[in-house]
Amino acid sequence: MTHRAETLGLPRSDRRVAARTVALRKLYGQGEAEVHALDGVDIAFYEGEFTAVMGASGSGKSTLMHCMAALDSPTDGRVFLGDTDLSSLKDKQLTELRRDKIGFVFQSFNLVPTLTAKENIELPLSIAGRRPDPTWFDTVIDTVNLRDRLGHRPNELSGGQQQRVACARALMSRPEIVFADEPTGNLDSTSGAEVLSLLRRSVDEHGQTIVMVTHDPVAAAYTDRVVFLADGLVVDELRNPTRESVLEEMGELTARAMA
Amino acid sequence: MRKVTLRNLVAHKVRLFLSAFAIVLGVAFVSGSFIFTDAMGSAFSGIISGSTADVEIAPEGANEFDSAPDGRTIPDSVVADLEQLDEAAEVDPWNQVQAMYVVGEDGKVVGGNGPPSFAFTDTDTRALTGRKITTYVAGDRPTGTGEIAMDVATAEKGDHQVGDTVQLVTPGDPPTLEVELVGLVEFGEGSLGGATLTLWDGQALQELFFDGERAWSGISLTAAEGVSQQQLRDAAAEVLPEGVTARTGDDMVEDNEEGLQKILGFLNTFLLVFATVAMVVGTYLIINTFSILVAQRSRELALLRAIGASRRQVNRSVLTEALVIGIVGSTLGLGIGFLLAQGLRALFGTIGLDLSTAEFSIEPRTVLVSYLVGIGVTMVAAYLPARRASRIPPVAAMRDDVALPEASLRRRLIIGTVLLVAGIGLMIAGFQVENGTTGLTMIGVGMLSILVGVSLMSPVIGRPLVALLGATYRRTFGTVGQLAAQNSQRNPRRTAATASALMIGLALVSLMSVLGASASASTDKALKAAITSQFIVSNVVGSPFSPNIAEQIRDVDGIEAVAQFRQAPAEVKRSRVFVGASDPDDLAAASDFPVAVGSMTDLAEGAAIITPEAAEEQDLAIGDEFQMNFPSGPVDLTVVGVFGVNASVPANYLVSLDTFEQAGLAPLDSFLFVEKTEAADADAVRADVDEILKDLPTVTLQDPGEFAEQQKEQIDFFLNIIYALLGLAVIIAILGIVNTLALSVIERTREIGLLRAVGLSRRQLRRMVRLESVIVAVLGAVLGVLMGVAFGIALQRAIADEGIDVLAIPWDRLLVFVGLAALVGVLAAVLPARRAARLDVLRAISTE
Ligand SMILES: Nc1ncnc2c1ncn2[C@@H]1O[C@H](COP(=O)(O)OP(=O)(O)OP(=O)(O)O)[C@@H](O)[C@H]1O
Ligand SMILES: [Mg+2]
Repeated sequence: MTHRAETLGLPRSDRRVAARTVALRKLYGQGEAEVHALDGVDIAFYEGEFTAVMGASGSGKSTLMHCMAALDSPTDGRVFLGDTDLSSLKDKQLTELRRDKIGFVFQSFNLVPTLTAKENIELPLSIAGRRPDPTWFDTVIDTVNLRDRLGHRPNELSGGQQQRVACARALMSRPEIVFADEPTGNLDSTSGAEVLSLLRRSVDEHGQTIVMVTHDPVAAAYTDRVVFLADGLVVDELRNPTRESVLEEMGELTARAMA
Repeated sequence: MRKVTLRNLVAHKVRLFLSAFAIVLGVAFVSGSFIFTDAMGSAFSGIISGSTADVEIAPEGANEFDSAPDGRTIPDSVVADLEQLDEAAEVDPWNQVQAMYVVGEDGKVVGGNGPPSFAFTDTDTRALTGRKITTYVAGDRPTGTGEIAMDVATAEKGDHQVGDTVQLVTPGDPPTLEVELVGLVEFGEGSLGGATLTLWDGQALQELFFDGERAWSGISLTAAEGVSQQQLRDAAAEVLPEGVTARTGDDMVEDNEEGLQKILGFLNTFLLVFATVAMVVGTYLIINTFSILVAQRSRELALLRAIGASRRQVNRSVLTEALVIGIVGSTLGLGIGFLLAQGLRALFGTIGLDLSTAEFSIEPRTVLVSYLVGIGVTMVAAYLPARRASRIPPVAAMRDDVALPEASLRRRLIIGTVLLVAGIGLMIAGFQVENGTTGLTMIGVGMLSILVGVSLMSPVIGRPLVALLGATYRRTFGTVGQLAAQNSQRNPRRTAATASALMIGLALVSLMSVLGASASASTDKALKAAITSQFIVSNVVGSPFSPNIAEQIRDVDGIEAVAQFRQAPAEVKRSRVFVGASDPDDLAAASDFPVAVGSMTDLAEGAAIITPEAAEEQDLAIGDEFQMNFPSGPVDLTVVGVFGVNASVPANYLVSLDTFEQAGLAPLDSFLFVEKTEAADADAVRADVDEILKDLPTVTLQDPGEFAEQQKEQIDFFLNIIYALLGLAVIIAILGIVNTLALSVIERTREIGLLRAVGLSRRQLRRMVRLESVIVAVLGAVLGVLMGVAFGIALQRAIADEGIDVLAIPWDRLLVFVGLAALVGVLAAVLPARRAARLDVLRAISTE
């Protein structure tokens, strides 16, 4: 198990690493209640790749996303974004990093209710006092297919539309990496498919790097690579996954956990 | 259900504490007013009963509660007649001189502006309390014209010891005296409330201030064993000459107490008006807190309903919370009110009212009123939110976005308009009412109704202003500004309620500013018209001074004329009027009051020149005879002239100095109009007059401009006291902003987490909260200032014929208010903003 994790953490020659972790640990609680949400994770995510992170509930997927997206600080170990060591940064720099280099899509409640869809999409840029590049803006809007909804507020949009707006926001600042924690978890299959193909397209057409947490083998099948977590450790990975191969792997892992 | 209520109280203790604080402050104001006026009442009751003998004899009318300084006396023969009475154990004749000031070692008048200063004959009279009115604690009795005793408190304040030479400012001739302090006395009841008292040998006082005549201001009688006050009074009345009356001590005390209670009642009402304002503002804070708490808990309340709690139970649960807050707040408020009363004592101490030995006690009535008001207001304020809470449908528990059922804006508009119109009607009606108190109450209630009406409508009225601010924000602060502006409009009612609290406070502050500025401007104008002489000599504390000063100034080189001007209240046909007295020739020479009909020179004894207003009011014309009632009795006068319309005489009726003396008024000058000769150098004349006045710390020579400034200072002083009293309401309003913001921050925790996650820095977040706060504060301030100006204009118009005939709107000051409000907004946001910035991003996002 250990040797696998190490090989997985190594950068491959043909792709550059967008983000990686080194012996990443995250502990919650103390004494009896101590939980090793992450128990020494070494993993790299490559530029221009769409990666899925899967694993049983409580296996540490969200914790990993949060630590990598500079939303939370690890107990031990390091997180690199490109060449930047996050542990060396202060809150202000982390904030700027989130604003400029990282995109994030949550499972729900992704949008500021007082702002329109367009304003929400531009939010990270306008916080930084920048205007979006008009051609890129058009490209993103066309990709997410929201042109006729730009003036609407979140409560006037369906769940799928809201998540597409959130994706558009994550893409708008051309971040080095986008983290999405179960972006389709609350959506029906049609809306989910809309969001997933949108993410897929932004990887294919614009070389975006995306890491997505999901429980759904169908969603995982949209990605280039699936990483499996169990009990805070990376336990396996699949390249070019299909629904079937993912299901098979999941079954294997469950069986191993039972044993 | 009770458990839920208690848990909630504990869980929301900070927010509830803030709203309880509004109750605490309001109740503190109410109880403080009562405690303070009670203390004042007991102090003055002590003074009254401690200085009144079994029977008091005085010239008719001089024994009344509000009698003016009186120069009339009782012949010495009366004393001998009284001493023949078996019923009288002691007969103590005495003289009294008012406006006898003691100058302290620091050269300043002891006591300053407020309390009276007396000189009295040293006697051993026993008061009703059984104690001597004064008891020697050091030194000896004064003998001869060069010695005095004084009360301990005055000696302490003036830093005088027995044996010191003390300077006095007298109302007689000479205007200053240097005497030796030979004894110190204590007042039987402890404190004189800041009044200064000097005691003299009986003959010495008569020699100095009563032309050496052996005549008395009054006589105190002590009853013999077994003789009642009534018996003694009746016996004394037998031997008294006409024009001299005897009254029993009990009767006088009762009379004085009545007058005292009336004054204290006014003071109490005055303070309670401000307490009410604070309470109304506090009500907004409580309504808002409860509304927000209910909104935030709506999911939980819906769940309670879903699992079987009845509407009544939900309603009662919220109201129970209010009850607990009301009880806790009232209790704390009562305690703080006691402290506040001490603060008021210090405040009144600055104007010379010494209550250092007064007893501050909490009467049962104070406790009762405090709890009634505190609990009542909380319950009433919580009623609407509680009712709304009970209307939350159980199904809301299953929904994600719970929208509370709210009264529509239209309904608010309608109710607001009704209140507004009713308020305007009440105000207009109040102006027409003759009875002062009823009229004022109507005007006050009308204003309150208008304010509440406007606050109900303010979500609509305030829209353009908020839009304007929002646009400015967007341009200046970009996205952060836009977010702030939009946040302030998410709950227009909440914003409006918070802003309204400030609006009410500021409306009253602005109203007072407008009235103050108008009063200043009117005074300025009136004085410019009234003081046509080069200089005016006046007493800083407003009390009259020795006519000897006029004599001395007349002898100064380069003085053309000095007109003595005296003032006194009197009655003509039952209505109170102000009478002035002067020498017609001097007045004509030293000032310029155009007489339209008749002539100034006709002003002989028994003649009067009246203002056109007085002529119209009393239907008097030249040649008419009428009766003027002085405390000593009626005087018949003939109208010999009517002033021109633009003559600003500082009195409605002008009579001669002889008439005043005939009316028994003490020969004391209120002003001197001083005119120099054309050739004389103003500075030189001034220096010479100042030389005369240098030993008289209270009397000054000023040019009209300086005099006006001094008068305006008094207006400002009064204004500042009112600002201080309104300050409490403003503080509560600011607390309201803090509270609302803090609650909003809690409510938007998730959103704040999201904003932070997508890259909003802590600084930007803090700014966002701050900007929102400023919008609320500025909205309240602008509405408040506008309302205040409107009220100010209305009131000024209404009282234009009572002297405030110039409308002045101090825009600069009002703008400062708005600026300060913006600053307050920034300050109010400090804690909520810090709290928002401190939120942990992840935890914020994952909160429900
Ligand atoms: N704030 C926290 N305090 C204590 N324990 C936590 C906290 N957050 C997460 N954990 C624990 O850390 C472990 C990993 O949690 P994490 O949210 O990363 O799981 P996950 O894989 O995202 O699960 P799911 O699929 O249910 O979202 C869990 O056992 C969880 O109980
Ligand atoms: Mg998760």
